[in-house]
Amino acid sequence: MSASQIIFYLISAFILGCGILAMTTRKIFRSAIWLLFSLVGVAALYFWMQVEFIAAVQIVVYVGGIVVLIIFSIFLTQQSGKEMPKPPLGRNIAAVLAVLFGFALTFLLINKYGFTDQGKAFDWSVNKIGTQMLNTGEQGFALPFEVVSILLLAAMVGCIVIAMRSKPEEK
Amino acid sequence: MHLLAIDWFLLIEKAILILLIVTVCLVTAMYATWGERKVAAIIQDRRGPNRAGPFGLFQPLADGLKLFMKEEIIPNASVKFLFVLGPGIAMVTALMTSAVIPWGGTIHIFGRDIALQIADINVGILFVFAIVSMGVYGIMIGGWASNNKFSLLAAIRGASQMISYELPMGLALISLLMVTGSVRLGVFVDQQVNGVWNVVYQPLGFFIFFICALAECNRTPFDLPEAENELNFGYHQEYSSMKLGFYLFAEYINMFISGVVMSTLYFGGYDIPFVNEAAFGDVWWIGALEFLALMAKGLIFVFIFMWIRWTIPRFRYDQLMDLGWKKLVPLALLNMLITAVVVLWRN
Repeated sequence: MSASQIIFYLISAFILGCGILAMTTRKIFRSAIWLLFSLVGVAALYFWMQVEFIAAVQIVVYVGGIVVLIIFSIFLTQQSGKEMPKPPLGRNIAAVLAVLFGFALTFLLINKYGFTDQGKAFDWSVNKIGTQMLNTGEQGFALPFEVVSILLLAAMVGCIVIAMRSKPEEK
Repeated sequence: MHLLAIDWFLLIEKAILILLIVTVCLVTAMYATWGERKVAAIIQDRRGPNRAGPFGLFQPLADGLKLFMKEEIIPNASVKFLFVLGPGIAMVTALMTSAVIPWGGTIHIFGRDIALQIADINVGILFVFAIVSMGVYGIMIGGWASNNKFSLLAAIRGASQMISYELPMGLALISLLMVTGSVRLGVFVDQQVNGVWNVVYQPLGFFIFFICALAECNRTPFDLPEAENELNFGYHQEYSSMKLGFYLFAEYINMFISGVVMSTLYFGGYDIPFVNEAAFGDVWWIGALEFLALMAKGLIFVFIFMWIRWTIPRFRYDQLMDLGWKKLVPLALLNMLITAVVVLWRN
């Protein structure tokens, strides 16, 4: 096993360990912190694979954005210091079964098809990502990009409508 | 066999560079505390610290010693792991940004070309932005783990303030990226060394970025998380000894680093103004001079930060949110639009 592989497995173990801790801890704030570490680990994996753009975006979006929002909602809604009640046995069994089936599915898929070597270097330069994303020609992603933008816009308008509903009555 | 085939000199060189830069950041932050007191004293017509050493220059050392000697108190009701983690994260995120800043040009020593930049990664500015967005966790985790209502309130304030001001900051950056056409910090500086400083193209963008930097560093007029009259002390209320020191220190490091980042982005980086560096040829001391130029620019920003702190009163919280969302974001969008039109026009 080469040093590169050892580092890969170390990072993966860190990600998985933090993920398991995030699932099993019964304090909701700690769960969010473990999730944070797990996502930082994923970013580290991207850095190790030298796809720096994806790594930076991973940190900006997930670590800097989504987990902050999760923690915010925990602060504002939950009794974040209290331990949550133990889940009933049935739910535990179901969760373990779901994990086993998910694992079996991925394992079988990888076992059958494996990872094939594409034979060419992975081109990840920021320029290329940018032109590809806004390209209308062949293999361009302009249309999906716009569709996603409209979806997000709709979600934003929806949020504002929900948040504004009680305002006019108060005045 | 990735690691074994590595260039050991590169490893040593980078290790020395990291050590140097971290030391520079820490010492600057240490003396920034002294500078802050002196600036405050001058503005308020006092003398400031003048007992320890000449001009009170040993005051930071005395403060540091005091912080180390203090009893370390961890509240019983706190969550110990997170309580310790909070200041650590604050410090790490404050220092990490220095890794991608080009601190000077390339120098030739011992027959090697040494770039005064720890990592010239392809996404430099995005990395800075990512680390800045992680800085909020130091405050959030520390404030929550203290198990104190005032700390928690301050943490929520700090976090929402930082998230709000990240947005116009990012938008200001986008218009800057349109002008330069690269996200590599080295390219930013090269362009400015050979041409005009970016602030000429992006005065409004710089203005927005500067205000956001003030807010990200939790400096007055945006120091709502530390509003003593409302929150007693702020998110670090329960901290004592060097943990408190870490939080206070991280603030000064942040100030210095954001000054350096602003100089790099808008004020030519390590470019020495009115001097053509290339005319001197390959001499080692030009690298040192460039480094000093960047330090000077950063320190000027630190001084402006302090000047603002001791002149302008604190905002109210709704004013803060108002400024961020209703004024800076539309302004930044407008700036982006105008920049885009001009860039398209010139092409």
